[in-house]
Amino acid sequence: MEKNLKNYFRLFKSTFFLSAFTFGGGYVIIPLMKKKFVDELEWLEEEEMLNIVAMAQSSPGAVAVNAAILVGWRLMGLSGASVAIAGTVLPPLVTLSVISLFYAVFRHNAAVSAIFKGMTAGICAVIFDVVISMGGKILKTKKPLPILIMAGAFVVYYVLRVNVIHIILFCGALGALVSLRDKKTGKERI
Amino acid sequence: MIYLQLFLSFFQIGLFSFGGGMAAMPLIQNQVVDIRGWLTLAEFTDLIAISEITPGPIAINSATFVGTQIAGLPGALASTFGYILPSCVIVSSLAWLYGKYRELTALKGVLACLRPTAVALIFSAGLSVLVLSLWGTGGFTWDAASIDFLAAALFAAGLFLLRKFKMNPVLVILVCGVISGICQWAAKVDWL
Repeated sequence: MEKNLKNYFRLFKSTFFLSAFTFGGGYVIIPLMKKKFVDELEWLEEEEMLNIVAMAQSSPGAVAVNAAILVGWRLMGLSGASVAIAGTVLPPLVTLSVISLFYAVFRHNAAVSAIFKGMTAGICAVIFDVVISMGGKILKTKKPLPILIMAGAFVVYYVLRVNVIHIILFCGALGALVSLRDKKTGKERI
Repeated sequence: MIYLQLFLSFFQIGLFSFGGGMAAMPLIQNQVVDIRGWLTLAEFTDLIAISEITPGPIAINSATFVGTQIAGLPGALASTFGYILPSCVIVSSLAWLYGKYRELTALKGVLACLRPTAVALIFSAGLSVLVLSLWGTGGFTWDAASIDFLAAALFAAGLFLLRKFKMNPVLVILVCGVISGICQWAAKVDWL
């Protein structure tokens, strides 16, 4: 795509509005990105977008940011990626800076405290809903290894308080080893 | 130096949060509450509530919030930049590898093992938030009288609505907040 001011602005505007009006993180923003970049602007092929989504979800960090980097890069190289990142990061940066100021002032107000207390209970419900959905999928595979990892990671982290980064590194390495071994033996343990 | 500390903490969060959205939460708790002590568990919980009801990725929201609270706007920029830097590097190298090899067996294996890990970590973070919500800062006890019944009722009702009717999470959180606010106001009013 031609690197001109108009295209940079369109890329910035698209990522900015996607980020500013999407509640609920990565899994919600992905279909909206597809709609914008594939269907509306026709900057990407559907197949390309699917690859971008797969890579964005396989990398650490926020899916929305990862996808923005890849889309920006694919369209206009490094400068495109930078513009897309700026567009994605700016709305939450502004919103949360403002909220942060009000938070410091109003947090100890009795009514605000009560509202936050209620929202905390709501957050718990949301977290457990996510855990039940994600955990249920893993139990349904009926593969012993993932289920064992899930139970083991919980005990090691919540009860034994082992450093979370060590747990992630260990499980990631285990995954790499098991999958390479499975490829040789033809089994499917994960 | 505080900016460097913010940068490094969020760099680690960005580097190790696999699985999107909620997966960053236990890492943020670990860095910001347990290791650095920048926020209390209660403040962290408020932050999660704010992040969920505002647009944008939870980790970017957290980076801005924590950065602003600790060191103003430059702090927010330092932590946000720290968080997205690993993404930039990894996602670009992955795109390059993907173009070359397509079939990345080892990477698929890594992700397959990190998914159950993420569930366990999110569950752990959820438990500590639930204990805070039901028992307050004193922590878990067997004494049923010390449970905040309003919080327990809101939690149970919220979970029911999410599971049974797939209600929008943002709405569930907001409604819980409003009900709690109304109860507090109703308890204060002199009805007679």
